[in-house]
Amino acid sequence: MAALLEVSGLKAFYGQTQSLYDVGFEIPMGGITTLLGANGAGKTTTLRAICNMVRTDGTIRFDGKNIRGMATEEIVRQRIAHVPEGRGTFTTLTVDENLRIAAYTRKDKQAVKDELERVFVYFPRLKERIQQQAGTLSGGEQQMLAIARALMLKPRLMLLDEPSFGLAPLIVLEIFRILRRINEEEKVSILLVEQNAALALDLATHAYVLETGKVVMSGPSDVVKNDENVRKSYLGY
Amino acid sequence: MEQLLQQFASGLANGAIYACVALALVMIYVSTDHINFAQGEMAMFSTYISWQLMSWGMSFWIAFILTVIISFAMGVLIERLILRPLHNAPVLSIIVVFIGLLAIFNSMAGAFWSYLIKEFPSPFPKADFGIAGVIGPHQLGVVLVTLIVLGLLFAFFRYTPLGLAMRAAAQNPQMARLVGVRVDWMLALGWGLAASVGAVAGIMVAHIVYLEPNMMGGILLYAFASALVGGISNPAGAVAGGFIVGILENMVAYAGNQIEKATGVYIIGNGEKLTVALIIVIFVLTVKPAGLFGRVVVRRV
Repeated sequence: MAALLEVSGLKAFYGQTQSLYDVGFEIPMGGITTLLGANGAGKTTTLRAICNMVRTDGTIRFDGKNIRGMATEEIVRQRIAHVPEGRGTFTTLTVDENLRIAAYTRKDKQAVKDELERVFVYFPRLKERIQQQAGTLSGGEQQMLAIARALMLKPRLMLLDEPSFGLAPLIVLEIFRILRRINEEEKVSILLVEQNAALALDLATHAYVLETGKVVMSGPSDVVKNDENVRKSYLGY
Repeated sequence: MEQLLQQFASGLANGAIYACVALALVMIYVSTDHINFAQGEMAMFSTYISWQLMSWGMSFWIAFILTVIISFAMGVLIERLILRPLHNAPVLSIIVVFIGLLAIFNSMAGAFWSYLIKEFPSPFPKADFGIAGVIGPHQLGVVLVTLIVLGLLFAFFRYTPLGLAMRAAAQNPQMARLVGVRVDWMLALGWGLAASVGAVAGIMVAHIVYLEPNMMGGILLYAFASALVGGISNPAGAVAGGFIVGILENMVAYAGNQIEKATGVYIIGNGEKLTVALIIVIFVLTVKPAGLFGRVVVRRV
């Protein structure tokens, strides 16, 4: 199957410091791929590099087209939705505004309304809080809001940066269930960065392991899961 | 009693002007964290443009609307051409640019239109407008026009998708980019709107303070005071701050006059209005550093 996103020879720099060296991976159309690695391995940087939020070199092809060097807002308009670490909530805006902002360029008001309703099917809790200031939501609700907002962009690819961060285990399970549904029902391909490797490997079909800015291992999740090094380093048994 | 009401009404009219300029300052502050020291001079320059248009034979309101549009374009151009290249420059460089703009607008106005004081017309009918003995026609008109402008701006930011995008860009630029908002353009639009609001303030106040290149100097100080009192990060607070400062300075001067009349001792009067405004600022900043309506930002470390 054709790859939706092909990354090769990707390097990234923060100022003078290089933090990615020759990273390459592919995301198949419709699949869920996860990037694993310790703190500082370059997982977040890889996501930021795809959206041109750091200085990069190499090639990033999305649907066959090189998007490296495009402005962040233009990359998003190619329908790549990035759910950043820390959730990126617009705290002073309401839940409703947080969702609508993702559709602000669209003229068709009815379509936006339908879109909202569709998103609320996945996140009924957000509908109850629709007029609340987003900053007053709980951590789990803010994470749901961030994913819901990404959905409002009608993405073909969703980049998720540690959606489990700082959340109670039950909430994490709920969010991962929703992610699986989104992947299946909305045909959204997902690139997931996670500290919780066990959870991520359960959800994903493919996995890449990053170490100090390089891909050191990759393969189908089942294979990666049973690799001895991965088991010891990331799964803890 | 009648005098008290008059003082109150004139405070309201001044306050409306301060509110507009304060709002212009806040609009740029919330999206860039910079205070535009040239805001007053830009408003003055706009006022000259409207004077020029009127002297070419346009009616007041046509000139008013055209000036607001021209000022908008001027604001956008200044952001795109002068401030955009300084995107990552240190704060001090940007302050120097603002002061430079202030000087440039001031001397351009002087060069084009001379430093001679000019009369500026009031568009409001002399008779049948205002309430006799309480509020003059021009004062009432100023309050109404500024309230309409502020209402329109509020509606724009609150109810339109573009207004929402501008608020989002100001609040969290990086995330705004990630939902497809062209943040750079939102900043330029903010500059345009601020210049337009400033133009409205300039055109409205010119009849009272007369038209000359330094007409906005004092008003900009009052606007700083208003913005700080209301909370520099809160547009609605800045507007409220404008009215509070405008009314309070007149009330204090009025009280001073009454005391002088009753006891013969001069404590405070019209001459000390600016002092009063600045004392209010110091007091508010001491007791409530974020301003009356400002939000205290708490960061977890």
